Amino acid sequence: MKGAQIVIECLVEQGVDTVFGYPGGYVLDLFDELYKASGRIRQILTCHEQGAAHAADGYARASGKVGVVFATSGPGATNLVTGIATAYMDSVPLVAVTGNVSVASLGRDSFQEIDIAGVTMPITKHNYIVKDVAELAETMREAFRIARSGRPGPVLVDIPKNIQQDDCPFTPRKPEPIGRKPAREGELDAAADLIGKAERPIIYYGGGVISAGASAELVAFAEKADMPVASSIMGLGGFPASHPLFMGMIGMHGHAGITKALLECDLIVTLGARFSDRVAGDRKRFFPQAKKIHIDVDDAELNKNVESSASVNADLKDALPRLAAKIQGAERPEWRKRCADLLAAHPPKESRADVSPQAVLKALNALHGGGIVATDVGQHQMWTAQTYRFEKPRALLTSGGLGTMGFGLGAAIGAAVATGERVALVTGDGCFHMNMNELVTAAVYNLPVTTLVFNNNVLGMVYQWQKLFYGKRFSSTVLNRPTDYMKLAAALGAKGFEIKKNAEIEGVLKKALAVKGPALVNCLIGSEESVLPMIPAGKGAEAMILEIDN
Amino acid sequence: MEELKTAVISALVSNKPGVLNRVAGLFSKRSYNIESLSVCTTEDERLSRMTIVAKGDEAILEQIVKQLAKLIDVKKALELDTDASLMRELILIKIKVLPHQRPEVESTANIYKAKTVDLSPDSMVLELTGDEGKIDAFINILKHYGIIELARTGVMVLQRGDASIKANDENE
Repeated sequence: MKGAQIVIECLVEQGVDTVFGYPGGYVLDLFDELYKASGRIRQILTCHEQGAAHAADGYARASGKVGVVFATSGPGATNLVTGIATAYMDSVPLVAVTGNVSVASLGRDSFQEIDIAGVTMPITKHNYIVKDVAELAETMREAFRIARSGRPGPVLVDIPKNIQQDDCPFTPRKPEPIGRKPAREGELDAAADLIGKAERPIIYYGGGVISAGASAELVAFAEKADMPVASSIMGLGGFPASHPLFMGMIGMHGHAGITKALLECDLIVTLGARFSDRVAGDRKRFFPQAKKIHIDVDDAELNKNVESSASVNADLKDALPRLAAKIQGAERPEWRKRCADLLAAHPPKESRADVSPQAVLKALNALHGGGIVATDVGQHQMWTAQTYRFEKPRALLTSGGLGTMGFGLGAAIGAAVATGERVALVTGDGCFHMNMNELVTAAVYNLPVTTLVFNNNVLGMVYQWQKLFYGKRFSSTVLNRPTDYMKLAAALGAKGFEIKKNAEIEGVLKKALAVKGPALVNCLIGSEESVLPMIPAGKGAEAMILEIDN
Repeated sequence: MEELKTAVISALVSNKPGVLNRVAGLFSKRSYNIESLSVCTTEDERLSRMTIVAKGDEAILEQIVKQLAKLIDVKKALELDTDASLMRELILIKIKVLPHQRPEVESTANIYKAKTVDLSPDSMVLELTGDEGKIDAFINILKHYGIIELARTGVMVLQRGDASIKANDENE
């Protein structure tokens, strides 16, 4: 069997039903075999390899399966880099397959040759360059195993052209189930002991709960221990927003009531989260009065940013029920009430602009409730995380770690392909301009992707920082672009809409969400809207900003 | 500021191209301080042994070992107890020595059990094996002759007694 065919057979073996990608000279053989396998694997052609990488990532985030992206050598491969790095920072399982020049031409700076394995070394869990067709099948299987196991992440397999063409016998093999890292009894005992002694505990959980598929286990644990729950942005949806124990999002733009509660708590139980600087601020002074329990499948996360009193290195799906079994059921009505009071004392800010971002998001929540939402990065992302009520895992697709502007549209396309459901993309006018070419992809495949552009004519988050910390010197953040969104939508094959005042929100959104294919809604919000509260970077809770004087 | 400590980390890694790159990349990406790194083959041709001497506080050293262990090509990484380990380094050092100075240099070499491995009218090359402290002292004493150049291997380490990095693995 030819190498290229072996690759496709390995994908089928792994249950892959979709490949996102872009062809080129050094992947002709791979795409030829994809063509022949069209009954078994669907090809999605994007406009740019970056869009394909984000789409494979969105596919993985929405479905929990491994996303697969193909790109040619050289520029095709380097165009994947931002997408791979995005997946890496958010622990998304991805397999990127790139072509390369033949083994004999490697290292000679041949046409479209690049050492993509070298380039992606720091942004992949692992990567390969296959120099012998006899190792190809095993490498592909290993790539999938690594992408899915433990803390998931991207893996790149670089396949020179002659390897795609070489012949080798192939024996199909079912993938082995991936084991879950079990918790050590002693580590759980130490954690249970701290929980037993705590009076005012809070759970801070993150995306690890979603990757482990441990949402139900988290709910059961939180209920038994009667602990209020705060989520990182990556965790949203991992615990239902409507649950009485749910407090909201933690961190730089988290709920002010949570920050206040964290100042009073005596134990923080951190589950599948990593004390990112956007949560911890000054990591050396992260609520020092509270003891910390940290459970994570990645041993290297334990004590990396914040030191814990008890650490458990395990998969949450194993650890949480076992920890729950070790603790006494508790009732903490006073602490729960205190947390509720703190939340109520700091209600989220509501814009009074002609088009309020919060009003748009609340209407979206009502009309698209339960549906998947992708975002780009910046103010609109934070407003979405603060306002939209995420009830189930895998409903929010956002670049939390790398903060990739231009991630959203590709991700929304991938999620729509994966689920067959409507996906709403909330983006800004800055982010949208980065990769808006992919609106064409949504149109070609007639995907139900509804894009809401929060158009404030500025790069809002950077603008906000300039307003607060750089003397209102708005360097390169005021856009004044002539883009006509209605014409743009029509030109790229989408249906265009516009929202100019609050009264129009519901009517327009209803229509936009009813469009079968892609729709683009230009929401004209004001330039001076801020994301609040805000804890300045690297600072502690005491530096929290609740108001900005425009 | 916690006190900085020097640790010796031994790692069994796949004997494949690019592995050194991955380990070196990890150190630069995470800003870890590396004092020396040596790579050698082992009794198993599929594996190489890396000996890394690194500096950091306790938390950093713990991170280094954990981050190393996360690399797919690293089969095992552990910090060695230096008191229970044999640490050796080899040095070749070329110094300016005029013929009349030779006896003096040779007697110094004898004290350190160094060997003379090359001789020219105006220079000598000496070879010495020992722990880091001994090598440093030897370099120091030869400095006033004028060092033309030197090459050190970096530290190689084995645990004393029956212990082995693989056995550590099996005990887990």
